[in-house]
Amino acid sequence: MSSTSNEVQHGTKPYWNPYLSGIGLGLVLLLSYVIMGRGLGASGAFSSLVATGVNTIAPEHAKSNEFYNEYLADTTKSPLKDWLVFEVLGVLAGGFISGALAGRIKKTVEKGPRISVSGRLLYAFVGGAIMGIGAKLARGCTSGQALTGGAVLNVGSWAFMLAVFGGAYMIAYFFRRQWK
Amino acid sequence: MNIPFFKYGLFGDDVSLVVAFVIGIGFGFFLERAGFGNGRKLAAQFYFNDLTVFKVMFTAIITAMVGIYYLSVIGWMDLSLVYLNPTYIVPQTIGGLLLGFGFVIGGYCPGTSCVSAVTGKIDGMVYLIGIVVGIFIFGEIFPLVSNFYNSTSMGQITLSQLFNIPYGILVFAVVLMAIGGFAAAEWAEKKLGNKIVEP
Repeated sequence: MSSTSNEVQHGTKPYWNPYLSGIGLGLVLLLSYVIMGRGLGASGAFSSLVATGVNTIAPEHAKSNEFYNEYLADTTKSPLKDWLVFEVLGVLAGGFISGALAGRIKKTVEKGPRISVSGRLLYAFVGGAIMGIGAKLARGCTSGQALTGGAVLNVGSWAFMLAVFGGAYMIAYFFRRQWK
Repeated sequence: MNIPFFKYGLFGDDVSLVVAFVIGIGFGFFLERAGFGNGRKLAAQFYFNDLTVFKVMFTAIITAMVGIYYLSVIGWMDLSLVYLNPTYIVPQTIGGLLLGFGFVIGGYCPGTSCVSAVTGKIDGMVYLIGIVVGIFIFGEIFPLVSNFYNSTSMGQITLSQLFNIPYGILVFAVVLMAIGGFAAAEWAEKKLGNKIVEP
């Protein structure tokens, strides 16, 4: 393995033990429940962003749409003054802090050796779009459903979680060139 | 103790946004620590090379689950004040399948792509743009899918209520299953030659 020489050359530290990071993540989730009575999230912040964008460009169109309206309902404040939006800003800050402390901030494209950079970026875009549609249909993503609902034994969250793993394993073989 | 604090009015909406930011920092920090800013590491879960995704997710779930259960048993936390996302079983399962597809094709989920983008990964940044476009597509087609979106409603319901099994027994069963899963994951990783993805 070249990781030892990399550590010396670039100061890049290895990732933490998964159980240790898992306990850390679990305690953050627990803290969120204790302080706020709600769990974590991610995709909801992007819904607020999209609803705000549509509302800025085409307010009539946004108001006539039930989905956007859910994020625009409270007209006394900006839809971006939202719990999940601030939480995701924190995620960006926390990810940066951790990456900086471990020397892991690097301009790069994560991919397997058998796919081109542009091919990988196209897949990233398409995968993100499918994820965006799926997360809205499911009323949450890996954070808002799987982690958050999983910890309080929510029925829909557990069905969702099984479906995520099932869906990923179902098609992994066909996309192996991207990763292996 | 009056837990959850916010529900007992210990502080208002403005302070809750500060809380959101601080909790988000913790969330992002541990996601990056686990290696979840790296699409190769996340995708490796689905090729059985590196089962970190499973290990981290289920360690996090049982840590929070046991903590919440314990706080409610000793009477400090009112579980009825905790937000439970209502269940719409079919759209949530189909949505989950789509997320699984997006995970393998794109390499991330929404939270992990934030950490990826902010640590310099171009694929993570492009993925974020994809999410925004996907949500916009969903918003535009919402009038067509809203019936399906609101179908098979089961209300706010826990596995304990669905299967009529005491909450504590289920908590115990999930912990046992997770520990069994961890043992199987460790065994599988060794068997397949320890191809753990490094930074």
